Amino acid sequence: MTMSYGPLLFLGILLTLASSWVGLVLMPHRQLGSLTQHTDTNTAAIFPAARAGEAQQGAEHYRSLGCVYCHTQQVRPEGYGSDLERGWGRRRTVSRDYIHDRTVMLGTMRTGPDLTNIGERQSDAAWHYRHLYNPQITSPGSIMPPHAFLFETRAIGPSGRSTNALVLEGAFAPPAGTEVVPTRRAEQLVAYLRSLKSSGDLPEAPVKKEEAK
Amino acid sequence: MSHQSQTPRSQTLRALLPGDVGAGSGGDVQTGGVQKAALAEIDASCRVPVLFFFLSGLGWLIAGSLLAIVASIKLHSPGFLGAWEWLGFANVRTAHLNTVIYGFASQVSVGVSLWLMCRLCRIPLPAPGLVTVANLFYNLGVTVGVVGILRGDSTAIEWLEMPRYATPILFVSYALIAVWTIVTFRLRAERHLYVSQWYLLAAVLWFPWLYGTAQVMLLLEPVRGVVQAAVNWWFAHNVLGLWFTPIGLASIYYFIPKVIGRPIHSYYLSVLGFWSLALFYNWNGMHHLVGGPLPAWMITISIVASVMMLIPVITVAINHHFTMLGHFGKMRQSPTLRFIVFGAVSYTLASLQGVASALRSVSEVTHFTHHTIAHAHLGMYAFFTMVMFGAMYYILPRITQREWPSNGLISLHFWGVALGIVLYVVPMSLMGFLQGTKLNDPTIRFLDVVQFTLPWLKLRTVAGLLLVVGHVAFVGNVAWLLVRMFEPYRKPVVRILTGEAETLAAGK
Ligand code: HEC
Ligand code: HEM
Repeated sequence: MTMSYGPLLFLGILLTLASSWVGLVLMPHRQLGSLTQHTDTNTAAIFPAARAGEAQQGAEHYRSLGCVYCHTQQVRPEGYGSDLERGWGRRRTVSRDYIHDRTVMLGTMRTGPDLTNIGERQSDAAWHYRHLYNPQITSPGSIMPPHAFLFETRAIGPSGRSTNALVLEGAFAPPAGTEVVPTRRAEQLVAYLRSLKSSGDLPEAPVKKEEAK
Repeated sequence: MSHQSQTPRSQTLRALLPGDVGAGSGGDVQTGGVQKAALAEIDASCRVPVLFFFLSGLGWLIAGSLLAIVASIKLHSPGFLGAWEWLGFANVRTAHLNTVIYGFASQVSVGVSLWLMCRLCRIPLPAPGLVTVANLFYNLGVTVGVVGILRGDSTAIEWLEMPRYATPILFVSYALIAVWTIVTFRLRAERHLYVSQWYLLAAVLWFPWLYGTAQVMLLLEPVRGVVQAAVNWWFAHNVLGLWFTPIGLASIYYFIPKVIGRPIHSYYLSVLGFWSLALFYNWNGMHHLVGGPLPAWMITISIVASVMMLIPVITVAINHHFTMLGHFGKMRQSPTLRFIVFGAVSYTLASLQGVASALRSVSEVTHFTHHTIAHAHLGMYAFFTMVMFGAMYYILPRITQREWPSNGLISLHFWGVALGIVLYVVPMSLMGFLQGTKLNDPTIRFLDVVQFTLPWLKLRTVAGLLLVVGHVAFVGNVAWLLVRMFEPYRKPVVRILTGEAETLAAGK
């Protein structure tokens, strides 16, 4: 009985997995591993733009804090889901959009909204700080966890409130005489969030003409 | 039944029954000069290493369940334990996944597969001390990895979150265990291979390959761009399909015929089921990226392969469920059978749900929702974990030579987890579907979708508490059993194993 013949079994077991290892691991590595930036012939704009050092640091915090478990960074194509209609992007995302990411965090859960283009949608750093400090301030009813540990509550110095102190009112205000300021981590994380923009015109994913400005 | 009878009838039967059936007093049959060991001798050789794997696995199950409850509560009450960074939702959720997958499920799998392999090969485990050392190493790796995750060192690569300084320890232990399983297989005294052995062998060959590839291409020398996502899901999906699933199926194939004393429904279906799984499952991974930024051909291949999974799923379903036909009554006496059959039925359901979720039109709705979480628990818990519980109910009394101390705790365990997981998976699947429908309707505000999920998320916490009750009952019973190991053997008071074809060799 062939199924009692060990070597044949071994061979079959190894060959089956080898097939998808070549097909789904090596082939994409060859096909996509060397994608480069695209330069627009009309505007000389380069997509996707490389990330500044500050934002690159922020990406590490995004990874370490596990934002990916509630947020995706991928926009699905027109007619598939309502990603474009929700304003999460002006075009779908494609392989080239991710070439600068040290860790690609596409995500699989949308407990929170997609963040591919959050830098375009919400460029106000102060909003991000208040939201991160406690999402209930900007988005009552949110289930995003508060990240107060990314901020420092300290006594207001003799020269008065710091310029970067958060504007917090009512129940969210810190005790009298103190102020809440972002730590380096918060600053880098927000720099990263504000850098998230994937809507440059690409040959493989053009932005629809009437919307592209 | 004589193992050397050459009549065609018994040839077929041999292929359909585990090799150790009817060999209760064995040890006298010679094949190719290798002496087949007595079952009691095999069980004794497995005692220490298998107990190590089971007990540390159960320790991680308790830890993982508590982490799960915290994660679940945080999802509807985000302020809960909010001040501690290391207990942040993402940390706790990730620690939950890694403790239950690598700490609990994988370790219990290794224990079960070592024991099954020895039983089916009819030899005592060679050098059990070596396997025990691998176990200690392995637990060191999991501990370092989970602490790393809680410290914020997670890689954020799903199913591979343990930091780079922990994974090599795990890889070496896995490799050691795999090599040892293959050595055991090579030394086998029983030349005939039973279907469970095919699956076990496949699992131990596949897993190190998967884990090794993922480690090199994602942690050590990360590939660029979305190739990471491809490798990630090739790995993560195959951990389920080519590591846990084969061990789960091997156990079902072993325990159903063993407990009811009846051969597997069809040999040819088991061959077809095995090879079609081997062919199709490993191409499935990209169905986690439908609509994503990968080339269409990759996604399409995986969707097609997912649909092809109907072949192994249906053949295995026929084979398992038809074997059981007319014997469901035995589930009352045998806790093993009760858990195993629950798991076998869940395997069919989880697979069908998986095939459906891979279709473009369904994935459009369910992909980014709690439907996926429900599916994960239907597969990993209702199928795999239940099968492992069933296997442990059979194996533990044999390696300890003691009966289960408490029938009541067994019932509490079964009903706690059975009700708990149904209450988890059914509402969550439905909720995910509705959540996805709402997300796809741009006129509904995002925060309203969030609000919609809240009551369902609270229900999940309740379901999780039921699961915890079951886990504590089981661990209590196991602890009690261990205490009994140190008492002189007494004739068992409760005889819950009487329904199982191979009863304990009492007094031997
Ligand atoms: C438990 C799930 C969860 C986690 C973890 C999480 N978020 Fe959120 N996030 C949400 C939800 C829900 C919303 C929508 C409501 C709101 O605005 O708070 C949201 C909204 C946002 C928004 C505003 C999006 C928009 O379209 O206005 C940003 C920016 C954001 N999150 C960033 C982050 C960052 C950065 C992290 C990691 C530090 C993170 N989130 C972790 C659930 C989560
Ligand atoms: C004790 C009761 C349990 C509860 C309350 C529970 C709860 C949870 C929660 C809250 C998540 C995160 C969901 C999210 O991110 O939205 C999760 C994820 C997960 N859990 Fe559990 N869980 C339990 C037991 C288990 C067990 C025993 C296993 C496996 C043996 C398991 C396997 C998983 C897996 C694989 C995931 C990841 C799912 C995915 O990413 O798709 N869980 N669980």
